[in-house]
Amino acid sequence: MNRTWGLSRRTALIGAAGAGGLLLTGCDQLSRSRSFIRVMQTAERLNLKTQRLLLGPQTPLAPEYTAADISPIFKANGSIHPAGDDYKRLLDNNFVDWRLTIDGLVAHPLSLSLAELRALPARSQITRHDCVEGWSAIGGWMGTPLNLLLKSAVVLPQARYLVFHCADNLGGGPGGLYYETIDLVDAVHPQTILAYDMNGQPLPVHHGAPLRLRLERQLGYKMAKYIMRIEAVEHYANIGGGRGGFWEDRGYAWYAGI
Amino acid sequence: MASDEPPMAEDGLPPEVQPSPPVAPSPPDARPALSAAPEVVHRHAAITRITHWINVACITVLLMSGFQIFDAHPALYWGQKGADFDRHIFAWPGGIPHWATIPAWQDLTTGRIWHFFFAWIFLINGVVYLAYGLLSGHFRRDFLPTRHQLSHIGESVWEHLRLKFPKGEKAKSYNVLQKFSYIGIVILLPLMLATGLTMSPGMNAAFPWLLDLFGGRQSDRTLHFIFAWLIVGFVIIHLIAILAAGPINEIGSMITGRWKVEPEPHPVPPSQPEAAQ
Repeated sequence: MNRTWGLSRRTALIGAAGAGGLLLTGCDQLSRSRSFIRVMQTAERLNLKTQRLLLGPQTPLAPEYTAADISPIFKANGSIHPAGDDYKRLLDNNFVDWRLTIDGLVAHPLSLSLAELRALPARSQITRHDCVEGWSAIGGWMGTPLNLLLKSAVVLPQARYLVFHCADNLGGGPGGLYYETIDLVDAVHPQTILAYDMNGQPLPVHHGAPLRLRLERQLGYKMAKYIMRIEAVEHYANIGGGRGGFWEDRGYAWYAGI
Repeated sequence: MASDEPPMAEDGLPPEVQPSPPVAPSPPDARPALSAAPEVVHRHAAITRITHWINVACITVLLMSGFQIFDAHPALYWGQKGADFDRHIFAWPGGIPHWATIPAWQDLTTGRIWHFFFAWIFLINGVVYLAYGLLSGHFRRDFLPTRHQLSHIGESVWEHLRLKFPKGEKAKSYNVLQKFSYIGIVILLPLMLATGLTMSPGMNAAFPWLLDLFGGRQSDRTLHFIFAWLIVGFVIIHLIAILAAGPINEIGSMITGRWKVEPEPHPVPPSQPEAAQ
């Protein structure tokens, strides 16, 4: 009897080790299979639909914090200084020549200088920035509510997304300029602002000067820095890699609410 | 496989254990009845067995893809915030080795895709299991320790430390330590889901109280990590117990539902000391 148990124990151990090995190599094969990844990516759509359902029409706000909670040093990630002469010229002149363009599917395209943006009603918020990598930092932001600009530009009914065209070229190569898309549900949320101040100072270069997006109910990679132009579009399939953003083209979820 | 198994005890006792009439004395060479026919009981319901194996797959993938996600920033903090310049409470230099991550190379994107897909399966599977356990009375009947068990918990701990498990009639219901660990895992797995969801900025807007419950975004991430290792601990003890109790019978019972009761070694009746050879 004891012999049998000993044998079966050994068999079970070998079996488990074998199954484990198969599982590991199997998962790696599947990770390389584009079609399997695409099947698993259907969960992203489910995440979006579920969170939209839970968030509901009342557009609850992301938690806001106090000045005492602000991170002493706010980690800067991704692009921290756009290359190229165009950005250098703007920076050297303290962004006096910079203009934000809002165009695409809008009735009244806008072109605004930094001074004009600063003259508009602003919103201040102290919020938590969650990076997809896992860390969090808290910062104070002031900027123009995006909804305000969209109202004056009058977004056309067929528009569904906003494309943020940025000055940085994180991916390298021609036409590799950073871009990001959000939908109009998030665009009109009261905490969605175009921030020009951080912790009471003009936005520093490594955090996206002169203007960055704050999209408080999603992860950090959605919050485009160095914004030059906002374009209203119906689809984003023909822009960049077609998945709706610099990181999305590299496999990250378009909806980064989780 | 089934052919060499004894008939199941479902249609009454097998002939060997039918009590013989007292008037007919047994011949001296009668076979010891119980050892010839190990009793087979129906131990696990089909829903338990199916959800168990789906859970095995989900927890394996969630753990290993979770290691991948952790490796993107292998440090833990307490409170709302925490990054390179803040004080961490734990750091794993170099991160968890990639033989233990899905995929087996640094790839946060693909790790997240695995994690969230299997999180949905884990959620649906868990809801089915919990609904079954609560509605069928399985949890109440099989997981709640009896008063007698609670008062004899010391003996049970001692038996388990020596990897000695109950046999015969006592083995048909869960042991008190087994009950506690199953109750623990039934609480721990939903906590894993809750701490996972609390890391979502979207969920934070919808249910800000979740952040308060787990002490902030980074505390929550730390708890998610700790709970994951508690699950690993449960699995290790679970596997040791299965190996010690007889892996074929134990694993087989989670596949077929049928479990062989190892008979209690009964003392030789003193009246016939010479009966056994």
